[in-house]
Amino acid sequence: MAALMDKILEPVHKLGLFGLVRLQVLGQAGVFLLASIPWGGPGSAGFKDLVKQIYSIGVRSLSIIIVAGFFVGMVLGLQGYTILSDFGSASALGTMVSLTLLRELGPVVTALLFAGRAGSALTAEIGLMKATEQISAMEMMGVDPLKRIITPRLWAGFIAMPILALLFSLVGIWGGAYVGINMLGVDEGAYWGNMQASVEFYNDVIKGLIKSLVFGLVVTWIAVYQGFDSIPTSEGISKATTQTVVLGSLAVLGLDFILTAIMLGSI
Amino acid sequence: MRTRLMELAVGAFMVMGIIALILMALRVSGLSAADAGDKYTIKAYFENLGGLTERAKVSMSGVTIGRVSRIYLDTEDYVAVVEMEINQSMSSLTTDTSAAILTAGLLGEKYIGLTVGADDEYLEEGGVIEDTQSALVLEELIGQFLFNSAED
Repeated sequence: MAALMDKILEPVHKLGLFGLVRLQVLGQAGVFLLASIPWGGPGSAGFKDLVKQIYSIGVRSLSIIIVAGFFVGMVLGLQGYTILSDFGSASALGTMVSLTLLRELGPVVTALLFAGRAGSALTAEIGLMKATEQISAMEMMGVDPLKRIITPRLWAGFIAMPILALLFSLVGIWGGAYVGINMLGVDEGAYWGNMQASVEFYNDVIKGLIKSLVFGLVVTWIAVYQGFDSIPTSEGISKATTQTVVLGSLAVLGLDFILTAIMLGSI
Repeated sequence: MRTRLMELAVGAFMVMGIIALILMALRVSGLSAADAGDKYTIKAYFENLGGLTERAKVSMSGVTIGRVSRIYLDTEDYVAVVEMEINQSMSSLTTDTSAAILTAGLLGEKYIGLTVGADDEYLEEGGVIEDTQSALVLEELIGQFLFNSAED
């Protein structure tokens, strides 16, 4: 009887343990984030590090963001034109392309690309620092590795992501204009005029920016935590890198729904 | 030398971000300085709004001169009250200005069209437009048409 009970209860135990471990990881990640925020502001050495990180996270992601943005915009122009011309309202193409990009695709696709391009690199870099015991060495010297390594990277992600998302949307709108106006023959005045009439600076541009700020923080947070928490072996680092991309992308998509619901205010 | 190049690249990146924001503001969202200027509020009573929403355009001869700022129901007379913010540059709206709820295109959004009158006095803050024309409700039109054709 007791053996049977054990057999039944075992999966329940496992489920509970699984939940507890996840909860603990979440708690660790939260404490990690709080400890990395520079409450006193970055010093001059911190500023140099920040510039370096913005370079490797932001500037070096520019090419993929711009190329992706242009193509996404062109596809939106093509798809939108096909649908809208069925209803005889191809002149609303500019509105459709710009609102889609500003509200949704700009922040989200940028964050997904960012998780793949910059997030994985961050995790691998920090994981390798851990594997080669650079982090322990810092602790030994009395340098706080959180402040020295993690803080500038978090800030860099927080600063770079909105800029990248903005450029993505901008290039996309011009991509849509190129396809719509030059290839499909939408009236240029209608494209820009209808866009300007319906896009609102606060409601569309600024809210999109807020989205990308949140995504920037979350993706970078996941990336640096996964690197810092990784098992310092080649296998552990590869696993952490995969986790960064998977968790980062899922977090972006899930958060996007919540943020959109709050911003549209209809739930 | 390498750090210098890197710093220059980061600087250019930041400048690109700012330029993108300015372009978004001016070229994409059509934000202009005239928008942010002073405004004054006037009211109009309508029998039926037929889908007019807050933030809808208020225009005169097709030029946007303001926006609908608030819509509510007058619980004494049971008519809809529309409050409009009009740009201060259009301060010369006569008291006998008329307002109509119009539709942009066949399926487009609803907006308010103002037509100026011939009075000597001008509407001021909180002024009321007396001469209003409600939205055309398609169902009512069809009903009228059916009623008329049944009479024939």
